[in-house]
Amino acid sequence: MQNMLSLLYSALCRLTGRAAGAQTVSELLIGLSEYASLTLPAVPPDLAQTQRLTPKAPPVVGAKAGAAPLASASLAAPVARVTASRTYSDFTPQVTLDIKKCELHLLEEGPSAKAELTREQGLRYYRTMQTVRRMELKADQLYKQKIIRGFCHLYDGQEACAAGVEAAINPTDHLITAYRAHAYTYTRGVSVKQVLCELTGRRGGVSKGKGGSMHMYAPRFYGGNGIVGAQGQLFETFNMAALWKLPCIFICENNQYGMGTSAERASASTDYYKRGDYIPGIRVDGMDVLCVREAVKFAADLCRAGKGPIVLELQTYRYHGHSMSDPGVSYRSREEIQEVRSKNDPIALLKEQMLSNNMASAEELKEMDVAIRKEVEEAAQFATADSEPPLDDMCNHIFKNDPPLEVRGTNPWSVLKSVS
Amino acid sequence: MALSVNSLLRSGRNAVLVLRRRAFHRSAQAAVQVTVRDALNQALDEELERDERVFLLGEEVAQYDGAYKVSRGLWKKYGDKRVIDTPISEMGFTGIAVGAAMAGLRPICEFMTFNFSMQAIDQVINSAAKTCYMSAGLQAVPIVFRGPNGASAGVAAQHSQCFAAWYAHCPGLKVVSPWNSEDAKGLLKSAIRDDNPVVFLENELMYGVPFEMSDEAQSKDFTVPIGKAKVERQGSHVTLVSHSRYVSHCLDAANVLAKEGIECEVLNLRTIRPMDVESIEASVMKTNHLVTVEGGWPQFGVGAEICARIMEGPAFNYLDAPAIRVTGVDIPMPYAKILEDNSLPQIKDIIFSIKKTLNV
Repeated sequence: MQNMLSLLYSALCRLTGRAAGAQTVSELLIGLSEYASLTLPAVPPDLAQTQRLTPKAPPVVGAKAGAAPLASASLAAPVARVTASRTYSDFTPQVTLDIKKCELHLLEEGPSAKAELTREQGLRYYRTMQTVRRMELKADQLYKQKIIRGFCHLYDGQEACAAGVEAAINPTDHLITAYRAHAYTYTRGVSVKQVLCELTGRRGGVSKGKGGSMHMYAPRFYGGNGIVGAQGQLFETFNMAALWKLPCIFICENNQYGMGTSAERASASTDYYKRGDYIPGIRVDGMDVLCVREAVKFAADLCRAGKGPIVLELQTYRYHGHSMSDPGVSYRSREEIQEVRSKNDPIALLKEQMLSNNMASAEELKEMDVAIRKEVEEAAQFATADSEPPLDDMCNHIFKNDPPLEVRGTNPWSVLKSVS
Repeated sequence: MALSVNSLLRSGRNAVLVLRRRAFHRSAQAAVQVTVRDALNQALDEELERDERVFLLGEEVAQYDGAYKVSRGLWKKYGDKRVIDTPISEMGFTGIAVGAAMAGLRPICEFMTFNFSMQAIDQVINSAAKTCYMSAGLQAVPIVFRGPNGASAGVAAQHSQCFAAWYAHCPGLKVVSPWNSEDAKGLLKSAIRDDNPVVFLENELMYGVPFEMSDEAQSKDFTVPIGKAKVERQGSHVTLVSHSRYVSHCLDAANVLAKEGIECEVLNLRTIRPMDVESIEASVMKTNHLVTVEGGWPQFGVGAEICARIMEGPAFNYLDAPAIRVTGVDIPMPYAKILEDNSLPQIKDIIFSIKKTLNV
């Protein structure tokens, strides 16, 4: 590698008439940095568009061996821009941050008040949250264009919850949620393209267009569920989970409102983390991805040690109304929404943490934003152009592993076929 | 004078008459256009005013003005004691409503859609429907369960089910399914005034549809009797029996077929239980052909019941062909538009079935 760098460096020096003085890898890197703009390469398109099973980080360069992408970046960029250059060795590789202390119910100790964050993790969480944000905003746009129809419950504002949960659990753990499910569908491994295709009701959707917004599934992700309410079931579940010591984490994403009714108007007690009664609980800042991650990690460790169940209340906020048919401003003020956006946005918070700790540059985050926007835009275009499911798929999948059956159509002469 | 005019109106509902009520003389005024939503709102408003025991509870009914705006303005007018927002807890608040009815109030329990009533169905059936019987008449349950029923547009499998057959299966319940604004207003008022549990199945896609409401229908005492179907269109070749939104489809199909010389009689059931079998029989005895049209699933459905009842009664001997059911496809509701459109009866399906029945 050093030879390669050295070759490159000497070539460039010859071209520009400079004296080639650098010897060590670090010196070579610093020297070469004057010749090329060192920003993070954009996420390779094929990585972005295939279905991922686990969230993969973009090729990130740590402080150690970062030369390979560097070489390709400068070789790939024929025009050498001399910008404010920072080498990867400049970035802080890891930092320990103070996070908000959690309120505890029936617990002596809670999650750590310190979170370790590597540059790689930071960039990964940022990428996840920004992708969810752009995907949801794209869904908003498509809904207003009537390309998405029916129900559409958007998650923007709550990104730190889904990102933090996924960062703390394994892909082999099981997850289920309610109707505000697009983010979890993504973090559980379904591509943006398959999510948007499902929203537009096309055959490329993760449920082949038959499920829609609230009915998307993945291995060990049980949806997406449209019917909530009847809180009694929750307490029945608490009882059995505690009785049988089940390794369950019950997460309440408290976004302050149940449809158009504020929490105070609907709940005798808004200390949701205490509502498990005999089940320990933790109240978490749901706008800080690290807080969420630490709390879920703590809860997961508890469960894996056989000490479950546990209740987590993630205090968060949704920018959109309950669904696309709810403007979201008849029961709360625009000022309130704006206040959260400007002071407590989860993506802005992480960005600030990374920049102020010199873990990334503003330019590289901006490039990531651009790449994500492009990915989402391409997914949306595909989702808009993809064809609807074929009519002969209409009756399929009524049963699993069953012989084909006849299905009555709209009249007795219409006999359709269902295959498992 | 007023009394004879009223009895004239009761029998001649189809005609648009010049009305004189009490001492007031009105000029021949055209009937106004009222949407189904506004008709329901009027019914609620009038009944809340008429009887202080009547109250409305449900999710978002008060401060949000109703998820579908059916209860717009009512909380502002009547306040917290008469229009009550509940938490999202169907089993809980339905139980509370049934208890209130037993104790002497007259609740209107709104389900945001009837799909959510499944969370509370034990209260509807076991607490409301069966109690009068179980108590040998001692304990009445004067409650109305209302909300949108059946498919909407693109709301997918869990939000598109038709519950007409499920509720109509149960003795002790009355099940009502209005089509137009007059149905909506008149039947809701009757339901609220009824001393028994009534399941009132509205339709979200009909809320915004305007219909002419006669002057009589605009009166505060206008009611439509539960248990009586209405002939919306006279015909001689085939009887179409339907309820709710599909009455529109039947009328559209009838218009198309009229151009080909086929005259369809369209019967709007209005009430599913108790079903007005006599009206269906009278019509079938005239036309000799029967096609039922509904949005729900075919098996054990409203159309299935109609066919069975016709077979068991005098009209069977008048049938020139087997009775036919046009229904939703026997699958959970798919999301994609093309699949959803093909999962529900379209006008062409009705026309096709009629022609097959008539062998033309």
